[in-house]
Amino acid sequence: MSVVIDIKHLNKKFGDHEVLKDVNFQVNKGEVVTLIGSSGSGKSTLLRCINLLETPTAGEIIYNGENILDDKHDIEKYRTHLGMVFQQFNLFNNLNVLANCTVGQQKVLKRDKVAAEETAMKFLQLVGMAQYKNAKPRHLSGGQKQRVAIARALSMNPDVMLFDEPTSALDPEMVGEVLKVMRTLASEGNTMLIVTHEMEFAREVSDRIVFMDKGVIVEEGHPDVVLLNPQHERTKEFLKRTLK
Amino acid sequence: MSFQSIWDIFINNWEVYLRGAYFALIIAVIGTIFGTLIGFFIGLMHTIPQRKKTVKTYILKVFNVLLTTYVEIFRGTPMMVQAMVVFYGLVSLDIEINRFLAACIVISLNTGAYMAEFVRGGIVSIDKGQFEAAQAIGMNHFKTMVHIVIPQVARNILPATGNQLVMNIKDSSVLSVISVVELFFTTNSIAGSTYRYFEAFFIACVLYFIMTFTVTRFLLLFEKKLDGPDSYKVELITGNKPKKEGV
Ligand SMILES: Nc1ncnc2c1ncn2[C@@H]1O[C@H](COP(=O)(O)OP(=O)(O)OP(=O)(O)O)[C@@H](O)[C@H]1O
Ligand SMILES: [Mg+2]
Repeated sequence: MSVVIDIKHLNKKFGDHEVLKDVNFQVNKGEVVTLIGSSGSGKSTLLRCINLLETPTAGEIIYNGENILDDKHDIEKYRTHLGMVFQQFNLFNNLNVLANCTVGQQKVLKRDKVAAEETAMKFLQLVGMAQYKNAKPRHLSGGQKQRVAIARALSMNPDVMLFDEPTSALDPEMVGEVLKVMRTLASEGNTMLIVTHEMEFAREVSDRIVFMDKGVIVEEGHPDVVLLNPQHERTKEFLKRTLK
Repeated sequence: MSFQSIWDIFINNWEVYLRGAYFALIIAVIGTIFGTLIGFFIGLMHTIPQRKKTVKTYILKVFNVLLTTYVEIFRGTPMMVQAMVVFYGLVSLDIEINRFLAACIVISLNTGAYMAEFVRGGIVSIDKGQFEAAQAIGMNHFKTMVHIVIPQVARNILPATGNQLVMNIKDSSVLSVISVVELFFTTNSIAGSTYRYFEAFFIACVLYFIMTFTVTRFLLLFEKKLDGPDSYKVELITGNKPKKEGV
């Protein structure tokens, strides 16, 4: 199994506040990894450090064997290899559904219009939003927006998909449609790193679950082990609180 | 003073009036276009991220201080005085400048000073999430601005731009101090030659109002059109191939 992202001794401080403390972990090709942990434990920060929306204070992020924190590394190019899905969807409001999925392909990857639209439509069909291709974001429900956001990220053909609580901003009746799309992606062998509070879903799709607390990785392993038979006191407490 | 006398003055001078109105409108439109461009330029310069401390960011800081100084000066002084200073300043430097061109420059600089703040406000009001989403698909700051931010800001400040155009139509009258042949200037000469001040200026009043009213309505229609319909058509997809648009 090849390692796609290898994080070594990652540290992140906001001023004096140390949010990530010596974080080490890896994501392998084709693997679905889920990050869990209580609010404020640093899950989002870790995800945002991985695609450099936050600049780590110290440590290394090795992507396909190269440390992308080197000064000479092309950050924009690196980011095209990671697809990011945000809690708040963050669709481009000036563009319709199709253009949301083609703008990056055309302006960053320099694909031509026909190829970009073909790719975009393929993924819009996958998420069930193809028939809305001409709609503007303001015309869509939250669940629909998030599915378009997933298609937008997939349209860049990334190596790894990052999801930061993709269903937390959704009304309960829309959570299912987004999780369904993510299940499909997981079953198709995509490499995914997911932050979620949906424990049932995490158990079902994950190859590995990572539990974080106060900026450190407390334990990680197979979902059945971490969720059903946790080794650490802090993990047990967290699960008791969330699964009740 | 009667309706007849107003009408007579208009009939006898309509070409001069329309010429004046035409120039007032042209000066206002040019001022609004270039002013908005200046506003965008300043707004964009002020919102370039300056994370690293390099020589480049230092130069940018100094440049931005100069831009801010320009904005403060033009917002803090009357356009009538600006026109005098610019025009006679250039004259005293032995620089030949056409009065019309000088008027266009003054009104553009004046508008730019006002639009800069609208543009800056428009940029910072775009939610941070869209900037991050653009970054996350590999766009740099420039591409993010061009493809995502500027189109939204342009739309959002359209009412302010329209308002500025209306103000410019009216305020072009103060440019008569440098003898630009716009509506106020022509009206003044008609009034002077006929000794019919009320009638002459009443006609100017009507012409100014027709221009501002028409422009306002037109802009409202334009805004509606830009926003598109309130609903959208769901494309029916038969088979796997995406349908061609517009067929
Ligand atoms: N830009 C920032 N500036 C200062 N502090 C920050 C910033 N972003 C996050 N933090 C702090 O870092 C800590 C970790 O935040 P983070 O968002 O990573 O937590 P999380 O595990 O994602 O929590 P949640 O489940 O609520 O999303 C929190 O204490 C938060 O206040
Ligand atoms: Mg979070």
